[in-house]
Amino acid sequence: MQGFLLSAVVYLAAAVVAVPIAKRVGLGSVLGYLLAGVVIGPSVLGFVGAEGQDVMHAAEFGVVMMLFVIGLELEPALLWRLRGALLGLGGLQVLGTAVALAAIALAVGLDWRAAGAVGLILSMSSTAIVLQTLQEKDLMKSDAGQKSFAVLLFQDLAVIPILAVLPLLAIVSPAALPASAEATHSSGGFVEHLPGWQRTVVTLGAVGLLVGIGRTVVPFVFRIIARARLRETFTAAALLLVIGIAVLMQFVGLSPALGTFLGGVVLATSEYRHELETDIEPFKGLLLGLFFIAVGASIDFPLIGREFGTVMALVAALIGVKFAVLWILGRFAGMRTAQHLLFALALAQGGEFCFVLLSFATQNRVLPESVVGLLVAAVALSMALTPVMLAAWERVIAPRVGTPVAPSRAHDTIDESQNVILVGFGDFGSTVGRYLNANGVETTVLDIDSDLVDALRRLGLRVFYGDASREDLLRSAGAERAALAILCIGDAEANLELAKRIRAHFPKLRILARAAGRRSAYELIEAGVPHVYRESLDSALHLGSEALHLLGHRAHESWRAAQRFRRKDEAYVRSLAEVFRDGTAHVNAAREAIRELEASMRADADGALASDDTAWDAETLREEFGGR
Amino acid sequence: MPIPAAEPRRVLILFAHPAFGKSRVHRQLVRAVQSLDGVTFHDLYEAYPDYDIDVAQEQALLTAHDVVVLQHPFYWYSVPPLVKQWFDLVLEHGWAYGSTGTALAGKTCQSAITVGGRETGYGPSSFNHYTIPEFLAPVEATARLCRMQWATPFIVAGTHAITPDGIERAAKEYASLIQSYVGGFAIHGAD
Repeated sequence: MQGFLLSAVVYLAAAVVAVPIAKRVGLGSVLGYLLAGVVIGPSVLGFVGAEGQDVMHAAEFGVVMMLFVIGLELEPALLWRLRGALLGLGGLQVLGTAVALAAIALAVGLDWRAAGAVGLILSMSSTAIVLQTLQEKDLMKSDAGQKSFAVLLFQDLAVIPILAVLPLLAIVSPAALPASAEATHSSGGFVEHLPGWQRTVVTLGAVGLLVGIGRTVVPFVFRIIARARLRETFTAAALLLVIGIAVLMQFVGLSPALGTFLGGVVLATSEYRHELETDIEPFKGLLLGLFFIAVGASIDFPLIGREFGTVMALVAALIGVKFAVLWILGRFAGMRTAQHLLFALALAQGGEFCFVLLSFATQNRVLPESVVGLLVAAVALSMALTPVMLAAWERVIAPRVGTPVAPSRAHDTIDESQNVILVGFGDFGSTVGRYLNANGVETTVLDIDSDLVDALRRLGLRVFYGDASREDLLRSAGAERAALAILCIGDAEANLELAKRIRAHFPKLRILARAAGRRSAYELIEAGVPHVYRESLDSALHLGSEALHLLGHRAHESWRAAQRFRRKDEAYVRSLAEVFRDGTAHVNAAREAIRELEASMRADADGALASDDTAWDAETLREEFGGR
Repeated sequence: MPIPAAEPRRVLILFAHPAFGKSRVHRQLVRAVQSLDGVTFHDLYEAYPDYDIDVAQEQALLTAHDVVVLQHPFYWYSVPPLVKQWFDLVLEHGWAYGSTGTALAGKTCQSAITVGGRETGYGPSSFNHYTIPEFLAPVEATARLCRMQWATPFIVAGTHAITPDGIERAAKEYASLIQSYVGGFAIHGAD
């Protein structure tokens, strides 16, 4: 226990010190973690030693969680739109890189099987580093970001067949090559003992189960938990879901990362999407950080020192070949200068799967340990260089080549880019929402009543369950990009709190708020929300003007009187908002305002309604010209 | 017959278009003059979607300018309804006209309109019987009653069939007309 706590202190302290510094200098958090890892690793301070490898394995779960979150953000429609890039770019990247690197390995004297293994393994890039860095720089939505994502996704899928193929390339298992093809799928689970067709059935069954449960059971369970309003239980359920999927996938011999990604996609259209994302996010972030630290700590500097020339040549070859392959693919995909370069730079490194595959290859005696040691060092170094290269791209290249990052914003329309966040979907909010939707404005609707959310989704509306008072939930609902936040919560207190929170965290977001009555309008105005709508003002005046009409006044004159009343009353609310905290001053000002308003509205002696519309009233004209 | 004016004048453009979102010609006309120095662009349908005109504010705007441009499409041989409402409510007796109504005296009123049909369709022997300036007689009389100078109307006719080039030409002419007011000259002249 003490040992665990001590390591926790070391890792956390390293992160807390290094990451803010790295971000401050503009290097991004990934590099911060990596450097922290190097510093606490065996080569410098030696705080962590051999257990670094175990930590890395544990922290790889961060990658699994990241894919779940990515899946959540990817609606099936977007995934379908990416299919060309996924298969075309991804497939060709893996193939092209594998062939080129294998050729080099062959040239420097490796056996053809070992060379093939090296090529396949090193064709992987780092999902963790690339996505984290691109997200941090807000480049995920750019052309290069989307294409990089497609390639990474393909690689994550390709890990599974590669795991299946590697044992076939073993140098020292002469006996069992063709016959053992069944048994080589030693990536996990009980399925390896099953004959091929059964394994296929089990695998397909597991995926089907995942999709089925994700569509039916999971929303049902979440609804019950949400109704109980127990936040920790919701978090626990979210974690249970992700870990459960990972375990299930391992059990049937599929990649946990792929499984959770699929789970995420299944839930991407569910009402719990934003809430789930928000709950998993901190775990994902911490585990990924831990993972990066572990990568940093695992860099074997003594080895690099001994074999400096070789390692550097390997790093150069790795980055160079990957960059070249990506550059050619980007050219065929018709990418433009700066984005093209970003795409090629972003993916030109080895990835976390390389470590997994390399150790797997060692176990299966595909590669000698001497080679693996060098490759691990080269991969780790290439990963560490990626944030540096991307920072250089951002600082030096992007401003010069000048393709703005913005143009590909058009993509947003497909995923998340509703411009309007609407909170509270009762009678008031749903009327606003329906009106906006009828006029072609997409809204992201958040409501805390899970039963209501469920009912509305049945009607085909895009409504999400979530407690909008959580800043992180607002963030994942797109508060940073949205143009407007419309607050229609029935509970005035909650609405006001939310308005304040948004003002504090997203000062650029414009707020339109429902106000219960005068008092609530004052409070909102005081909180810096000028666009305040008293929920009963318009309908009350509408009713009043109809009443005047029924009492015998002309419809238009009654309506004009209501407009006039409204204008004056709104002006009073705004001026009274300044004094409402001050008891006596407020009472006096309010009394005065009411008296003035009523006096100005009083009907004249003939019983005609008072009006500003003097031009429609010939009285002064009669006075001036009537006598002649 | 350009008439040199003593000094630069402040121009208020009262723009009224109930369906500006679908407009082609006014879009360009507005773009050409909207941000000129010395010009206040006031979009009436944007300010008063509910026709609830703020009379005091409108009168203050008029007081602060020397040239009032009424820019709008020509609907049913006349102004859009909000402009008529604006005339009704803003040009109050005792302020704009009548024995004590001198607030607008000496200012210039410039009509700037777009007309769907071609100019040849207007005139005594034509389809519409009257010329376009004749149709503007109520606006002209309104201006004169308010003791304003009535400038020759700026008319872009035939907008149902206008080409992009034609729109661009009209926008340039319009901009130079407005510019001439700001610069102290009116090329259209006043009578």
